Amino acid sequence: MIEFKNVSKSFGSTMALNDVSLVFPRGKIIGLFGPNGAGKSTSIKLIMGLNRPDRGEISVDGEDPQNKKKNLAYLPEIDHLYSWMNIAQAADFTRTFYDDWDEGKYRDLINFLNLQEDMKIAKISKGQRAKAKLLLTVCRRAPYLLMDEPLSGIDILTREEIINTLIRDYREGEQTIIISTHEIAEVESLVDEVIFLDQGKVKLSGNAEDLRIERNMSLVELMKEAFRNAN
Amino acid sequence: MEFNNSQPIYKQIIDDFKKKLIRGELKKGDKIPSQREYAEQVKVNPNTVQRAYREMESMNMVETLRGQGTFISISADRLEEIKMEMAVNLLDYFISEMESLGYSREDILKILSQENTNREGEGTL
Repeated sequence: MIEFKNVSKSFGSTMALNDVSLVFPRGKIIGLFGPNGAGKSTSIKLIMGLNRPDRGEISVDGEDPQNKKKNLAYLPEIDHLYSWMNIAQAADFTRTFYDDWDEGKYRDLINFLNLQEDMKIAKISKGQRAKAKLLLTVCRRAPYLLMDEPLSGIDILTREEIINTLIRDYREGEQTIIISTHEIAEVESLVDEVIFLDQGKVKLSGNAEDLRIERNMSLVELMKEAFRNAN
Repeated sequence: MEFNNSQPIYKQIIDDFKKKLIRGELKKGDKIPSQREYAEQVKVNPNTVQRAYREMESMNMVETLRGQGTFISISADRLEEIKMEMAVNLLDYFISEMESLGYSREDILKILSQENTNREGEGTL
């Protein structure tokens, strides 16, 4: 379980998170939704220990995130792979850093995602790069998988491939996936829990199926309604 | 399978199995996909599929045998009940939509009987 207690974080005069208290339950696929600037990336970076909160506390299984790095696999929004590498080299690079690397899964997924080891990061398409990033992140058997906008700016077929990979690969009960996106429609049937952020605050959170039962609305409609009421 | 995202997905999965049972596409003793296979087929979160399967077990629609898989285990009586439930749900929906358009119960019955006459040649209703 990942917990935020009264967490605030500012960058200059911009309040990225404003007194946020949140729980990311274990063993669930959690959608972190909201428009640009809502605080999604900031939340993920704080969990990764890449930033520290100005106020409040963050814990991963009861401990400081800095001590839990080996339990957290991270897919950043930016292109973090060295462009001069090919996929095999990028995999080697990742493999040496993490001892939870699953070679069998890597072999299996590289085929499933239609990637080849000799593909050069600099030469492949944006969609292929997104898939390569996904490949290198999910091949770690970390209990927490954090993905920052894995679907943004990618064509619809590749998005489907990414979502199918996540479903195919998901280890029920033992794995927690946090996925930040504004492509809510794409992940309607993927997420268990949802958190809607807006301007550094939690607008709405809960179990996706319970919200559908209570409100008779899809997650896309819920998000639209939450933000209509905000303005 | 296409889902209506404003309705709970696990319920739509259960309804899909109910319809297959009613139509006879699935029968007692048939093996259904494992939760993982099913999640991949319909592209739904495995936790959601687990919830649907658990509920179907508690409704005595299916049973999971250790090491063998999940099988349809519904009794004939239970199937009749489910069939009636689905019919009543459809009727509820139909009646409330008709009433929201301003039709009275009598009007609805009249329209139904008129439709029945119109379709007599086709042998439906």
